[in-house]
Amino acid sequence: MKFSENWLRTYVNPALDSDQLAHALTMAGLEVEGLESVAPAFENIVVAEVLSLEKHPNADRLNVCLVNVGTPEPLQIVCGAANVHAGARVPCARVGAELPGISIKQAKVRGVESFGMLCSAKELGLAEESSGLMLLPADAPVGVSIRSYLELDDHLFTLKLTPNRSDCLGMLGVAREVAAVTGSRLERGQNFEPVKATVADKLEIDVAESTACPRYCGRVMRGVNLTATTPDWMVRRLERSDVRSINSIVDITNYVMLELGQPLHAFDLARLKGGIQVRFARPGEQLTLLNQQNVKLDPDMLVIADESAALALAGVMGGESSAVSDGTTDIFLESAYFNPDVIAGKARRLGLSTDSSYRFERGVDFAATRTALERAAELIQQICGGDAGEVTEMIGKLPQREAIVLRADRARRVLGIDLGVDTISSILQRLDFKFTELNGVFRVIPPSYRFDLSIEVDLIEELARLHGYDHIPALPPCSTLSLLPQDESLQGLGQIRQLLIARDYQEVVTYSFVDKEWEADLAGNETPVVLQNPIASQLGVMRSTLFGGLLDVLRFNLNRKHERVRIFEVGRCFAAGESGYAQPQRVAALSFGSVKAEQWGETLRHADYFDIKSDLEALCYPIELGFVAATHPALHPGQSAKILLNEEPVGWIGVLHPRWQQKYDLPQSAVMFEIDLAALMQRKIPVFSEISKFPTVRRDLAVVVDDAVNVQELLDGMRKHLPVMVTDLKLFDVYRGKGIDLGKKSLAFKVLMQDTQKTLTDDEVETVMANIKDILATRFNATLRV
Amino acid sequence: MEKLEEILNQGLSAFAAIDNPADLDQVKSRFIGKNGALTEILKGLGKLSAEDRPAAGARINEVKDRLEQALAARRDALREEQLQAQLAKESLDVTLPGRGAGRGGMHPVTRTLERIEALFHSIGFEVAQGPEIETDFYNFTALNIPENHPARAMHDTFYVDARHVLRTHTSPVQVRYMEGNQPPLKIIAPGRVFRVDSDATHSPMFHQVEGLWVDEEISFANLKGVVQDFLQRFFERDDLQVRFRPSFFPFTEPSAEMDMSWKGGWLEIGGCGMVHPNVLKHVNIDSEKYIGFAFGLGVERLAMLRYGVNDLRLFFENDLKFLKQFN
Repeated sequence: MKFSENWLRTYVNPALDSDQLAHALTMAGLEVEGLESVAPAFENIVVAEVLSLEKHPNADRLNVCLVNVGTPEPLQIVCGAANVHAGARVPCARVGAELPGISIKQAKVRGVESFGMLCSAKELGLAEESSGLMLLPADAPVGVSIRSYLELDDHLFTLKLTPNRSDCLGMLGVAREVAAVTGSRLERGQNFEPVKATVADKLEIDVAESTACPRYCGRVMRGVNLTATTPDWMVRRLERSDVRSINSIVDITNYVMLELGQPLHAFDLARLKGGIQVRFARPGEQLTLLNQQNVKLDPDMLVIADESAALALAGVMGGESSAVSDGTTDIFLESAYFNPDVIAGKARRLGLSTDSSYRFERGVDFAATRTALERAAELIQQICGGDAGEVTEMIGKLPQREAIVLRADRARRVLGIDLGVDTISSILQRLDFKFTELNGVFRVIPPSYRFDLSIEVDLIEELARLHGYDHIPALPPCSTLSLLPQDESLQGLGQIRQLLIARDYQEVVTYSFVDKEWEADLAGNETPVVLQNPIASQLGVMRSTLFGGLLDVLRFNLNRKHERVRIFEVGRCFAAGESGYAQPQRVAALSFGSVKAEQWGETLRHADYFDIKSDLEALCYPIELGFVAATHPALHPGQSAKILLNEEPVGWIGVLHPRWQQKYDLPQSAVMFEIDLAALMQRKIPVFSEISKFPTVRRDLAVVVDDAVNVQELLDGMRKHLPVMVTDLKLFDVYRGKGIDLGKKSLAFKVLMQDTQKTLTDDEVETVMANIKDILATRFNATLRV
Repeated sequence: MEKLEEILNQGLSAFAAIDNPADLDQVKSRFIGKNGALTEILKGLGKLSAEDRPAAGARINEVKDRLEQALAARRDALREEQLQAQLAKESLDVTLPGRGAGRGGMHPVTRTLERIEALFHSIGFEVAQGPEIETDFYNFTALNIPENHPARAMHDTFYVDARHVLRTHTSPVQVRYMEGNQPPLKIIAPGRVFRVDSDATHSPMFHQVEGLWVDEEISFANLKGVVQDFLQRFFERDDLQVRFRPSFFPFTEPSAEMDMSWKGGWLEIGGCGMVHPNVLKHVNIDSEKYIGFAFGLGVERLAMLRYGVNDLRLFFENDLKFLKQFN
């Protein structure tokens, strides 16, 4: 809502300057998001008349004008504007005037004395651009200050209104609020004299939907002159509310809407057939709106129709076929109250937002429907002439304003401050609410223009607002304390992050929506969760893997000359499921370039699968993850594994597939893992076991197996059959090459054994080792290496 | 006896000439070993008269002690010399950088979130979470924003399907949490939120922290108290001013925008209010008995102010040169 401060001050004129008024409004919840002067500060500029002009003797494009500025003697002024002519009334800056960037002095222009400057709108700071002088109407009073003539001592207020305050979508509403907030008197209400009916014409009005349209007023006006000029004061107020002047009737209906908040519509009477109907659209019905848009109407859209067809989309926009035009002489003027629920969403469905729908959706004062019609008729008669017919009014089931119980004690509990009965009464009075009070319990009837007051807390908010949020103290709460639960079987996300950071990974945060192509490439996902209205096509689908974002960050940083990138992200991934969407949180990391940063102390080595695997294992330690060779669309088929926790798949690890390395233009490969956060958070609660006092025996064992045998399988196979005295079994060497046949590898294990009750004998130890060798030989075809 | 004096002098000078501990033992044997010179003289002691013998024996022992002392001193000196040489050889350029792995860092948004969580945790707030693809019901309806309500237009919503949106705020977590927990309760809900908006000052994805405290005696004054306390602690400035302005959110009433004093002006920092009775009704909490407040803070905004970041877009570009500034 944008409006002229001067206009507002015709309703209510508090003793505050513009800034103070803006602050008061903002602190009352009507946020002033813009406050600007209509014109820059300048003085000594007056309405002038060009009496005569002649060519400048020394310059083709200049004229030497004789100008009447209201002084006994006309002034000689040199002017270069193309549109200067005798009889023109224009703003004239007299000697001594200060314009934005220009000081007016008596000067010789190409040898001719000039005593001022004729001005364009741009020179006055009233327009961004202008071509030539600002031409004023022929009746502009010569000698009068341009500031007072154009009412330039004014400010534009722009309110950022919240959706609950539809009552402030008109000047009267804002004025009421200012009066309540500042305690000033409202100068003018909405009591306009009814316009007398001087013609008998009236239209039959049939409101079939009296719930959707509980109040409908209309009247005929004949002999109206649409070519009448809209008065300057009205054009000015409209313009200062960003409403363009169109023709006198449209201007008047817009003006009354800005004034009272009631949208109105004028139909061309000659283009109506029979009476007016207010009904829902019929199946298949269409309507061409004023903006030439042809719309198919849905059966839940309310229309204003005549006998033959829909004329207007109720509360949204009029139709083209019945619109007034310059040739119109007779009109039917409508003022109605439509139920907000019926109007809500309809304009948006058609891709429209109009001043009318904006107001009706939020609620228009249903007690002022007729008043607005009278006001418009009055202005039409004043400006366009014509005779008015009688008002026809249909009233259905209007909203009821029931009394709301407001307990002073409840207000105290909610606000934390005891306002007391007197203060509450005084606030309600300032708001002009009707109420009674008994023992601290108020019964308040909200006014018809307030659509945001129906329960007690609505009124408590009014009390807080009018009392001033600033006057409510900031107090620490008093509360019963109890300790928070701590689940020891989980490690926090914070700790997981810290582990990754300690291992030299930098956290990144990337968008949850990604390029469709990444999903196809890196997740093999041809059916990602699609956004219906993405911000850009390359941010069109929800990610099902974090790999895309990590690779994108990698490329971004490689382009900025980083050679080593180690990053991780924690975030949700998305997939459509049977019921709703699966949105697990995952942790993913990527390592590119050398394991360690370039340094004097170590030889650089590119990070490989086993480097990042150790990082992953550290995150879970001491819980052991399982790894099974498996293929993933993003990963190298020979260097990728599915990650298992308790036999369940929880993620993937591997080297980026060379295909994507090439496609995404990476100078070398990247190693990555992605794992469910829930899996990483698992943690063991320690259980103590007796520490043996007897010595540990170590035996090493080297075997040769086929290259294809997985170490994990070997270890699992051995562990399943080991007695409890084997306390540890670990691989410590892998060897291929001299002495080992091609296609084979040598694996060396250490076996630690210990008994809690006694020292192990050689026999016992050898039995275990024989058992292990036996498993290896029979299950894995391993031969002992000697 | 003169011989004794000579042996002593020879011994002392021989020890002094040795510069290797291993040679020292050899030289030692020449003088005080089994066949050493001194032993020879000791053997000759028997030839002396009984009167002379004690004095001569004492004299020999004296010489032996002196030789042994000299030997030990020389040995210590040599060891010390050797140690000093070793130490000199082993000396490092201690200014060389440490070897091995470096250290990564946290994203500034996470850093800020952790700070926020720690502050609220210190007065007993728990962290709650919710989904990012949210149902229409939790994102709007349960928050007292029915279909077609003009307030829905305030949220530039990303739609996934007819019933699902990308959550436009963290407020749905309030509802989900209250469905499963009875008051008294205090939570914060940090997380990603989404709006169809992208320019220099808007990101289509950003982070919010929602706060909720529901108890029997919780008031608007307490809301002001907690938010002000938080902002003062967060920015570590006791003189930080916080201003509450009336506003409108369908899920709180009274509602307020929070502004904080910054460089001579006011900066909007989030929205808040008292939980609307309709929201409590949706989750079967008796709004006569319980009162609550809720607030929502913009995490990037807080991070920008705290660390002086001048462009919102930097947070999601993930330039390592930017990110590493927060390590």
